[in-house]
Amino acid sequence: MLAFTVRRLVGLVAVMFALSVLVFLIFFATPGIDPARQMAGRNPSPDTIKNIRHEFGLDRPLPVRYALMMEHMFISRDLISYGSHTRVVPQIISATPVTLSLVVGAAVLWVLFSIVFGVAAAVLRGTFFDPLLMVLALIGISMPVFWLGEVANLITQDKLHGSVFSWVPPPGYTPLTQNPWQWFLHLLIPWLTLSVLYIGFYARVLRANLIETENEDYVRTARAKGISERRVLLRHTLRTSMITFVSLFGLDFGVLVAGGALLTEVVFGLPGVGQLTYNSLTGLDLPVIMTTVVYAAFFITLASAAVDLVYAWLDPRVRPT
Amino acid sequence: MAEPLLEVEDLKVSFRTEDGIVHAVDGVSFTVAEGEVVGIVGESGSGKSVTMLSVMRLITDPNVSYEGEIRYKGRSLMALSREAMREVRGEEIAMIFQDPMTSLNPVYKIGWQIEEQLREHTKVSKGEARRRSVELLRQVGIPNAAERIDDYPHQFSGGMRQRVMIALALSCNPDLLIADEPTTALDVTIQAQILELIKNLKTEFRSAVVLITHDLGVVADIADRILVMYAGRIVEEGDKEQIFYDPQHPYTWGLLGSIARLDRPKPRRLTAIAGQPPSLINRPRGCNFRPRCPQAFERCRREEPQLTQKVGDGHLDACHLPVEDKRARRGETIDPALAESA
Amino acid sequence: MAVFEPEAEVAIRDAEETGGDVIGRSPWALAGRRLVRNKLALAAFVLFLLIVAVSFAAPLYARHVAHTDPFVSNLSGSFQQNGKTVQVIQQGTGKLGLGETPIGPTWQAKYLLGADEQGRDVAARVLYGGRASLEIGIGSAALACLLATVFGLIAGFFGGWTDSFLSRAMDLVWAFPVYLLAISLATVLLTAPNGLDLGIVRVGASSLWIPLLIIGLIYVPYVYRPVRGQVLSLRQKEFVEAAIAQGAGSFRLIFREILPNVASTVIVLLPLMIATTILTESALSYLSIGVQAPQASWGTIIDDGQALLYTRPWVAIAPGIMIVLTVLALNVFGDGLRDALDPRSKVRMK
Repeated sequence: MLAFTVRRLVGLVAVMFALSVLVFLIFFATPGIDPARQMAGRNPSPDTIKNIRHEFGLDRPLPVRYALMMEHMFISRDLISYGSHTRVVPQIISATPVTLSLVVGAAVLWVLFSIVFGVAAAVLRGTFFDPLLMVLALIGISMPVFWLGEVANLITQDKLHGSVFSWVPPPGYTPLTQNPWQWFLHLLIPWLTLSVLYIGFYARVLRANLIETENEDYVRTARAKGISERRVLLRHTLRTSMITFVSLFGLDFGVLVAGGALLTEVVFGLPGVGQLTYNSLTGLDLPVIMTTVVYAAFFITLASAAVDLVYAWLDPRVRPT
Repeated sequence: MAEPLLEVEDLKVSFRTEDGIVHAVDGVSFTVAEGEVVGIVGESGSGKSVTMLSVMRLITDPNVSYEGEIRYKGRSLMALSREAMREVRGEEIAMIFQDPMTSLNPVYKIGWQIEEQLREHTKVSKGEARRRSVELLRQVGIPNAAERIDDYPHQFSGGMRQRVMIALALSCNPDLLIADEPTTALDVTIQAQILELIKNLKTEFRSAVVLITHDLGVVADIADRILVMYAGRIVEEGDKEQIFYDPQHPYTWGLLGSIARLDRPKPRRLTAIAGQPPSLINRPRGCNFRPRCPQAFERCRREEPQLTQKVGDGHLDACHLPVEDKRARRGETIDPALAESA
Repeated sequence: MAVFEPEAEVAIRDAEETGGDVIGRSPWALAGRRLVRNKLALAAFVLFLLIVAVSFAAPLYARHVAHTDPFVSNLSGSFQQNGKTVQVIQQGTGKLGLGETPIGPTWQAKYLLGADEQGRDVAARVLYGGRASLEIGIGSAALACLLATVFGLIAGFFGGWTDSFLSRAMDLVWAFPVYLLAISLATVLLTAPNGLDLGIVRVGASSLWIPLLIIGLIYVPYVYRPVRGQVLSLRQKEFVEAAIAQGAGSFRLIFREILPNVASTVIVLLPLMIATTILTESALSYLSIGVQAPQASWGTIIDDGQALLYTRPWVAIAPGIMIVLTVLALNVFGDGLRDALDPRSKVRMK
């Protein structure tokens, strides 16, 4: 157990390092990119550019720049954003609860509904419910999430805002601590929008898994034991199918928390990590980019390690004896 | 004669497939008496497993259809509701399967899996269920049963896993145990142990056993009666002596000829039965075995032989050959070396 | 009669007597038959082809039906509708009565779906956008599958250092969340003032090649993994060992024995990959880092339509509907393809 944890920690640091170096190289070592010019604004004079270059240490050699940035990020923790000229780490810290609110809420919804739909489709195989549910799931994964968000906004903010959806507040975010009810209302439509894609995907995965597991010998043994169909479904078929489900879920959840929900955040005006990442990438705001990448790498590797742990808990065969 | 425990009457099981209707079982009838051991022998595709899976109503393929009757202790099993059939399964009729590695749920401890069955059919407390499980494991020969009960299936060897399956099957004292190729996936030495175990337990638990196998050698020691199946039908039926010492059907001869035996003086070739089983969608005219039968003659092509009693009490076969010819010629197949030297 | 009969003769006699079907069918023929029986999958495929055809007929539509050039601003233009002259950009018809609003859907040949904020014909733009989206979608998916197959074959077949190196590289690329990698590369390549300059090849920033290459590259690891896995397991199968024993060289082995088997895996993945790449391209274009002006794609039009969402919603909705239909058709067809090549579920039959 100890060896496992140590190995994972080392892996975590290695991945964070590798990703940060890669991103750094992409943004700094690609010929033709000049953040100084970007920051200097419209029609800058050569002097302005040179000053900016010096001020942000952009005239130092690559490895030095990287080392300096890492030092500011972790040790002195006073990394400054090129764009807003404020400290980066507090920016990320204030963006995190927004993303967490969005992703956790959506995750609860999608896990619940995908299990219901997936199990229903598998149990009702042969009736028309099965193909109906699966077509709905397919439509769910075929919709671009940002377009769905726009359509949702169109309906809730405009077309039906006077009647059915009068309670929907304008796009934006209210912290939970400030006003729980408003927090909830602001997030409800984003939750539904984000989860549609994942419900479609996971319902299909679960259904396929359930059908495959149905044919396993141990399910036949369970029936031969005279156990009720419901118990066979829940305790035998579903239990083993959940192993794959949980592994996939862990990774997807990790990616979303790391900033993968940026499209939803942008469409609904939620100032989360995803939106921060997007703005920093397009604004060539290196310090913010690097910090969000390290943050993302951290969460993704954490999620992957958590998935391994849960997998071992669910499937005794992979446990180290 | 006492009422038979299990009665199968003209059972027909067919499957709709994209290539046509497959007649997996085509008119099979037999009985199993209380405490009797019946061996069903045949190659893959002969319908032996499908027959017994139909008895248990474990076939989940939605494209299956049944004809005929299956009666257990006088009650028709086909007519039972799903609930009632559930109660029969595990408690009155139990089944163990071929591959113990995949037949046990890998994520639950074996103690849990035995207790699950006990608590489904009997009203026992958790403690009592656990005690009973340990006792069962001991009875089937698992060492350190009290500790091993908390292990997972993957922590057992193949032979041990099959013992666990047997313990599971016998936990509710069923009157009929169906064993579907219980030793096929195991080493030869373990095979003997498992068969010995089944034999002993049959006496101890007083249950009847239906043993399905493709190897006549497996049933040589343990079976009271033997049914030989081919292409979904029974081609020969008799008690142990009749089948081994006076076999009447060329297919049975082929099966006997393919058993390796230690008691023959010279090493000899094993006979293989040439050819493939027939298509179960389009059956050939006449005798189903004719294309592969070394003894086939004109009548075999025209007329399908019926399973009738020709030589002894309870000894039935489905072959047109006259009995004397059979007895004269079967040596060629069963024991070519002896026949040559004769 | 002989005790032993050659199997072949027995089989032939069987066939003569049984009068049954003993025709052997190749796995491909069997799969084809199953696919043809799947009406839904076929309908989906036809739908996809229809969308492709219509999109590539965009110039015909623009010239002969709508009589417009959808890439040219038409702010002060006007046209004939029902005998009357109508301004393309109209004054103050928006909800708040402010500023100018482009005309809404006419449901006629000209400006079928209305105009966008530049006065351009939305319907014509959606068709042209489809062309760009499909070119990038199909092209990048094909690129990813091609590269992944090549790398997967090499890594799986030759093993050793080659395998280690390639797989580590793939793992590294895959460790990057897709959104991060895509946005990083896109931003960098689009900000470079001279586009992508590789010395020999120069690709302008508004070329469709940049998004195509980016999206194609980031999905290589996704296809690489199953391909490599299959090559590894195939390599150990008996028929490969048999071929080696017969003295077959490496390349012949790869092409004759392994590639056909791997091909079925990749073929099943292809429609699903196209669906994925279309969605990715639309997301990037929506964020303004995919297809660049003057080109248009479904994603860019949705982005254009954001400002007009509450006044002229069709600008944003129409391209989205096209995406949903295309991706749905690809998903349904991909499912059908997978079922045909690997049927496992037991479905009730008539």
